[in-house]
Amino acid sequence: MSIEVRGVTKSYGDFVALDDVSVSIPTGRLTALLGPSGGGKSTLLRIIAGLETADGGQVEIEGTDATALPPQRRNVGFVFQHYAAFKHMSVEKNVAFGLEIRKRPKAEVKRRVHELLELVHLEQFAKRLPSQLSGGQRQRMALARALAVEPSVLLLDEPFGALDAKVRKELRDWLRRLHDEVHVTTVFVTHDQEEALEVADEIVVINQGRIEQIGSPEDLYDEPANDFVMGFLGEVTTLDHHLVRPHDIQVRTTPADGGVAGTVARVLRVGFEVRIFVRPEGAADDGTDVVVTMTRTFARSLGLEVGTRVWLSPEQGARRVPVVGAPTVPGDQPVDAVKV
Amino acid sequence: MADTRLIRRRRGPVTLVLRVAVVVYLFLLVAWPVSLVFDRAFRASGPHEGGVGAFLERLGDPAAVYAFNLTLTVALYAVIANTVFGVGISLLLVRYRFVGRRVLSVLVDLPLSVSPVVVGLALVLAYSSTTGWLGGTLQSVGFQVIFSTPGLVLATAFVSLPLVVREVVPVLEEIGTEAEQAARSLGANGRQVFWRITLPSIKWALVYGVVLTTARSLGEFGAVKIVSSGAEFRGETATLFVHNHYQNFDEPAAYAVAMVLVLVSVVALAVVTYVRPREERA
Amino acid sequence: MSATDTVARPKPPRQPRQLRAADRLGPASGLGLGVLLLWFSVLVLLPLSAVVVTATEGGWSTFVDVVSQRDTRAALLLTVGEALLVALVNAVVGTVIAWVLVRDDFRGKRLLEIVIDIPFALPTIVAGLVLVSLYGPRSPIGVDVVGTRTGIFLALLFVTLPFVVRTVQPVLEELDGEVEEAAASLGASQATILRRIILPSLVPAITAGTSLAFARAISEFGSLVLIAGNRAGETEVASVRILKFIERDQFESAAVVAFILLLVSALVIVALDLLSRKVAVRG
Repeated sequence: MSIEVRGVTKSYGDFVALDDVSVSIPTGRLTALLGPSGGGKSTLLRIIAGLETADGGQVEIEGTDATALPPQRRNVGFVFQHYAAFKHMSVEKNVAFGLEIRKRPKAEVKRRVHELLELVHLEQFAKRLPSQLSGGQRQRMALARALAVEPSVLLLDEPFGALDAKVRKELRDWLRRLHDEVHVTTVFVTHDQEEALEVADEIVVINQGRIEQIGSPEDLYDEPANDFVMGFLGEVTTLDHHLVRPHDIQVRTTPADGGVAGTVARVLRVGFEVRIFVRPEGAADDGTDVVVTMTRTFARSLGLEVGTRVWLSPEQGARRVPVVGAPTVPGDQPVDAVKV
Repeated sequence: MADTRLIRRRRGPVTLVLRVAVVVYLFLLVAWPVSLVFDRAFRASGPHEGGVGAFLERLGDPAAVYAFNLTLTVALYAVIANTVFGVGISLLLVRYRFVGRRVLSVLVDLPLSVSPVVVGLALVLAYSSTTGWLGGTLQSVGFQVIFSTPGLVLATAFVSLPLVVREVVPVLEEIGTEAEQAARSLGANGRQVFWRITLPSIKWALVYGVVLTTARSLGEFGAVKIVSSGAEFRGETATLFVHNHYQNFDEPAAYAVAMVLVLVSVVALAVVTYVRPREERA
Repeated sequence: MSATDTVARPKPPRQPRQLRAADRLGPASGLGLGVLLLWFSVLVLLPLSAVVVTATEGGWSTFVDVVSQRDTRAALLLTVGEALLVALVNAVVGTVIAWVLVRDDFRGKRLLEIVIDIPFALPTIVAGLVLVSLYGPRSPIGVDVVGTRTGIFLALLFVTLPFVVRTVQPVLEELDGEVEEAAASLGASQATILRRIILPSLVPAITAGTSLAFARAISEFGSLVLIAGNRAGETEVASVRILKFIERDQFESAAVVAFILLLVSALVIVALDLLSRKVAVRG
């Protein structure tokens, strides 16, 4: 294990940011800390980097106890959301900074900076100032700067959060490929579940200062440990007091055993998929319709339109998480929910 | 800048009247009087010669040379003291939390709202060798403050104390701590972070603050008048020179030195007007 | 005073700061704070407390004694009266100047910008000399105000010129033109827009500038010594009075007058602040 966090606690006044958090980050993998804003994931990352001190607990990096070490002695690379570019230095000076601090020979610094700028595709911008770069380029520079000192772990705090959607997607793919090339243990913080699912080898879901679940993207999506994880990763709808993914619901136009009967209240076409809203029999029009997604072709073959009577049941092997009390709207946080 | 297209299009007689009124007001109050200093410094009047030669001769007068030397010396010490103090206290105020921080940040601004005469009085009451609280003690170890150069330095440093702080604090707040944290995570220690990251980031604000401090130090009059004996060759700074010579009906010399002081202020003004936009563009 | 009475500039918008632990003082920064505080005490706090202590140690009777001297009372009244008048004129004229600088556009406007700053930049004694050149005994236009209250008024106007202009100008620049357009589209006349929309948003800035101008006027010294004449009881302002007390070694009286000046300027600043809040709420 590359990073071991044991029983870390941190609070700001009354606000508990981290509550007895323990997690192991495997070597050489790309791990995402995923959760809603204010959930404590950035705090955990900053505590690992030494930019924040924990109130209690222990942080071990590469087998050495780093709890009391200042950031400059932890040998971690840190990438900030807003790049933290050294504005008065050229791109190459930014990248060279860590090496110069370490008093490496000039020739080596030069060679290494060149390599890194090539790696992040900024070699033609070496002499520019950060202000002359786009957001995506600045973030790539920040990455090169962090990698220059050959850190044992690379930590990224919402690295794409300040970028626009298109650039974010490009950089995400690029980070994945970069990691496959460099293999440095990498931890990044994100609140975007799609980003985590797409890029990470492993995801740590953090909410309200606690770890909800740790696992591979598939595990988390298919086997969520509780309603929060299920609701946070992907869409959910409530069918028969259980959370189910909208695409895991079978729709029949003929009565079926154990199926929930209802009528189609609304049909919405979103690109290639069709989303139907089914109002269970006896339910009121209060926004608790069951959402089902399916392909256009399938919807057409069933002849679904507003008013059609349908019977709904979960697909074979589909993940269901029971809810008690208020039903959950996709993406929202369940208020009263029972964990499985 | 706000969108003023609509307002600009409507140019009625009121706009014109206001414009003319403002121009006339500023001309009578500032522009014309200031331009007369140039005139008086170079034009012959009565028994006094005019022209650049006479002007330079007046500046070369030993009393004037002494006054400029003293002013520069005093300003140099005051600027050094205020720069070190200003950068240090700004860093502490912005980057640290400690008991009394807010009170301190208000107190640091205090010297700007104290009358120069009161500053002089305060220093006399604290450091005069006859009546001051600490004057006697300092005198007994052979150190005289009031009526000597240290007093002038204290008075000058007092009145210009907040200028560097006021420039540096907003910039420090604005740049935040991310770059400093990044430098730390890259292995830089406190000293390296300060010299390589923090100082370059506040460079322009510091230049601006130092220019303001210098200008203020060279031009201070009230506080200096009280702590200095103010006689020729004995603590007479440039501003005191202007005062004394004008009072003694030696107007040409007063105007010659005043002319130099005007030029210094104009240069300072030009620096702050032209340095500022550059810093903001970067 | 010279280049430097910096007017409060609006702060640049700040990025939301991250929630981070407060940095507590370490040994090095603690030592630094100690050294800087020591210097600050020696330079500022100790001398100023000397003024306060000297002024108050004689008790109430000293106050009464000093203030009941005819010349001192006259000096204080003159100073406060002139300062109020100058502050008032500045509130109006300064706002008009700021308006012209922001909303009007003509050749030579940039020159005006520089002219506005000159009173800050000039050493005060030079400011006095400058005014005496045009409005003194050798005036090319035959106006001589040296030794009169008009002279004092003129000098105070000169040194306080930039305060209101420089506090109102940025606010006026930031005013949302769309709000005025919206008001106009709702049928408001130019005068109504000015009174109901623009002025209320300028009030805090005007007040701030005016109190700065007042504080400066009340404590002004350098620019007055050459133009005021300094005749006791007539054209002698409070700061000159203090100087005379010091020259006669009457430090207690000097401290009392200084203390009163500090109190008055604090009082006016607080009063104007309260007033502007009230107006801003109503506006």
